[in-house]
Parts: sequence; structure tokens; C-alpha cells
Amino acid sequence: MKKVWVNEEWCLGCHLCEYNCAYANSGIDDMVKALKGKTINPRIRIEEGDSINFAVQCRHCDDPICVKSCISGALSKTDGLITIDQSKCVGCYTCVMACPYGCIMPSEEGPMQKCELCTKNGCEPACVKGCPNNAIVYEER
Amino acid sequence: MNYVIIGNSTAAVGCIEGIRAVDTKGKIVVISDEPHHTYGRPLISYMLLGKTDEEHMKYRPDDFYEKNKVDTILNTKVVSIDKDKKSVKLDNGKSVKYDKLLVATGSRPFVPPMEGLDKVEKSFNFMTLNDAKALEKAIDSNSNVLVIGAGLIGLKCVEGIVDKVKSVQVVDLANRILPSILDEKGSALVQKYLEDKKNIQFTLNDSVAEFTENTATLKSGKKIDFDVLVVAVGVRPNTELVSEIGGEVRKGIVVNTKSETSIPDIYAAGDCTVSHNIATDEDQIIAILPNAYLQGEAAGMNMAGEEKVFDNSVPMNAIGFFDYHIITAGAYTGDKYVVENGQEYKCLFTKDGYLNGFIMIGNVSKAGIYTALVRNKTPLSEVDFDLIKDSPQLMAMAKSYRDEKLGGAL
Repeated sequence: MKKVWVNEEWCLGCHLCEYNCAYANSGIDDMVKALKGKTINPRIRIEEGDSINFAVQCRHCDDPICVKSCISGALSKTDGLITIDQSKCVGCYTCVMACPYGCIMPSEEGPMQKCELCTKNGCEPACVKGCPNNAIVYEER
Repeated sequence: MNYVIIGNSTAAVGCIEGIRAVDTKGKIVVISDEPHHTYGRPLISYMLLGKTDEEHMKYRPDDFYEKNKVDTILNTKVVSIDKDKKSVKLDNGKSVKYDKLLVATGSRPFVPPMEGLDKVEKSFNFMTLNDAKALEKAIDSNSNVLVIGAGLIGLKCVEGIVDKVKSVQVVDLANRILPSILDEKGSALVQKYLEDKKNIQFTLNDSVAEFTENTATLKSGKKIDFDVLVVAVGVRPNTELVSEIGGEVRKGIVVNTKSETSIPDIYAAGDCTVSHNIATDEDQIIAILPNAYLQGEAAGMNMAGEEKVFDNSVPMNAIGFFDYHIITAGAYTGDKYVVENGQEYKCLFTKDGYLNGFIMIGNVSKAGIYTALVRNKTPLSEVDFDLIKDSPQLMAMAKSYRDEKLGGAL
């Protein structure tokens, strides 16, 4: 399955992927309306260091401890993709406890959110498309 | 192959999914004394809180049994196992034959003998969907509720009902709340939050000497009037089906890392078993949902003939009250690294070169990175501990780990 991969040698730490993620998941057509004046809550997050930076988002693990820990069955895995049914999520934080990458976080509305590879946004992953240095790629490995 | 599963909760579902990952053809029968489609048991407090409902509480979709070719026998209790004939006997007199059997019978509320408890008309446990529904019916905005037990179950029940009733009082024999998952500092912080935010009144270091219908007299002499009583003192594992036929039981059903009991072709998983806690190197009941799933899954795969080992069991809990969240894992022994900041609290426990356990209260962001260090027993020599002690982050992990997990240059 294709996944999003980051090359930390090339990541500039510019945070554009975070903005593109927030925009793609906003459901709003106009990027300005979607983001202006708002504190973004993206599903991809940059970790910044002294000399390196890298973006992190759901690794769609082969053995997904989040799915196996979810108390409500909101998290599930189909054809390699881990998705969340927010109507079933009660915000218990068990997935936050379990995810080894810190890639599940609460949405503004309460239920948890995570990277679903833009499958619900009708596009290829927006973080990849907008990465100015090709540090994030979407490919099979 | 005939697979029979006693129980219909998390361990049973893990087992079904484990079997079907290996064997798509064998016959699976699930037998449960509850009448419901499989549901997320810890969700019952969220149902009272209004965050979910019976439809959304289904742990797997409506077509789960059909898709996995599972026959269900619900509302029916297994009364005994015949290990020689390899069959289970049901309370309706019928028997079901098995080639491989999973015992996933969970636990039941422990109600200590309390004088006069039988005089209390509105007395409830808080374990099952039916318990929650019955409690919901019994309370209204004029109810004064007394909860016996300030552990995980009692306090989640409190969260679920506190906004629906007039008052909530909690009594516990222990000297602090949530003693199974918090240290003293953590207990004090969460207690104060619950007192300040929701006016919940705690009476600790005390227990009920005697009930009359609407009054509890405590050992200290204190009297508490109530309309509705919830008893959430603790739970006991349902081990009898296995102990009666000579299977090894030490508090819980003893299983190995393949979820096998001491009796051939009988497996067990979930809250009815004892697990080996890798953080303490001791055997104990680890009654948490992820453990039940993982043990059940390992059981299912082994039952279907593929070797699967689950050998990194640790206690780990996520619990929250309103917007105040707590995540903990492992054991609280070793050197402590503590950060306190108002209502936020973090304590890391390091021992023998490993992160052995942690408590996070208030800010629990990315806690799973710590959990992974505990579960995987990652040597701290491979981690920049000065960095990761401040906040959970992959930056502190070895570059080789990041390259493998996140990508790296091809």
C-alpha cells in the first residue's frame, strides 16, 4: 500500500504540510476562509530540532495497536488504511495512550482525528502535494 | 474445525479476528449470557454522559458475525465444560461440541458483605449495558447518589451521572482515589478537580458499617443519606468453568503467552485471566481492554494453528473526567522524574535503563510514545532521555528508528 514517507534530510520545517492538511480537512473550498485567523489543528505535525526537522503522521501500522486498543470500535483498518468513525468515538484517549508515534489527537469537535491519507477529501495526500522540497512523498515501499 | 467462544466482548472479538486471519472456513460459535450485539463495555459511562448511544456502542458493525461466519447463542449461560467429551453444557440443557475452546468470561462485580444491603431498594452495579440502563432509569435531577468505590469503575460512573442528579457522594476504604493507577500526588490532584468542578464529596479511609433503605452509617459513625446506591468496590474474575475441571487458576485463569490454559485445547483471554506484567515481572490480572483484545487475538491465531505470542502485557490506562485527562502505564518503581504545573502533572519512572512506567495528568499529548518505550522495553541508551523527558517526541529516538518508521532517504 502507498504511504506517506518523510525524508528528514530534506524537510525544511516550513510547516506548509500542516497548513495544507488543515485546509484539505476543513471541508471549505477557499483556503483563506479555511485558515485565516484560525489556530490550525493538523493531523500531520512537524517535529523541529536544532539541525533536523521532520513531519509525522499516522504510519498505518501493520499491527495497529490503536485499532486493537480502541474501546468503541471507532478505529478500524481496511485494505491497509486506518480510519476513524468519529460518530462512534467518545474521546476516551485510549488511542492517544497507545499510538507509538503520537499521531492521534482530539479534533476541535471532541472526537479524535488522524491522518486518513486524504481518502475522505477526494484527493491525494495534500501534505505531499504541497511540500516545496519533496521531503514528503506518497509511495509504495 | 469447530471453534467455540464463551463470551462476546473484547477478547471474544479479538479471538474471532485472530481465527479468521488464519482460518476462513472453520465454524465459530459465540455463546454469551448477555443478550446484546458485542458492545464496548467501557462505553457505558459515556452512554450516561450522552456521548454515545446503544447503536454507536456496537464494538463491531452490524454485519460482523455474518461476515466472519459466526453463529451466536446469546442470552444463554455456559454451566460447565466437559474436557473429555470436548463440549460445553448450556443452561438450556443443550450441549455444544468444540475442537478448540476460548474462555473469555470476563469478571463480575465484587460486592463485599455489608450489613443491611438487602434493605436498599435502589442498589446497582456498574459493569454491563443492562446495569447502566437500570441505573439511568433510577436516577433523576432530585437523586442523591452514593457510590461505594473510588476506583476506575466508580469514578467513571460518577462522571456519567453527576450532571443528571442532585448530589454525588463517594466512599472508599482506601485513603485516596484511583489508587490502582495514580500515585499520591496524582490522586490528590484529581480528587481536588472533581470536588471543585462538580462538587463531588469524598469520604476516604472509611467504609459502610450498615445500610438502612436510604442511609449508610459508616464505620467512623458518619451518616450519609441517599436515594440511589452504586456499589463499585471491585471485580472478581469468572474462573469457575476452568477451575471446576482442574484447570490452573491463581486469582485468574493461568495462561501462557499463547493464551493456552493448563488444559489441552482450552484457551482463555481477557479479564478472567492472569497476565505477566513485564513492568513488574509479576503475574497479575490486567483487566484492561487492549490486553483482552491482544490475548484474544493470540488465542484465536493459535487455535487456528498459527503460532502467535503475546508477551508484552503491561497495565495501561486512559481515563478522563470531563476535559481533564489521565494516561498511565507500567509500574511506579525506580527513579522519578517529576514535572508539576498547576493541574498538570507528569511523573516518569526509570529503572535498570528502561522507562518502567509513567503518569501524565492534564497534558497527555503524544503519551503513546512513552507507552511504546514501556511496552517495548526500549533501552534508554538508545534514546535521548533529556529530550524525551520534557515531552514525548520521535526526535529523541535513534535516527535508525526514525528512518525505518518514517521513511528516510531511499
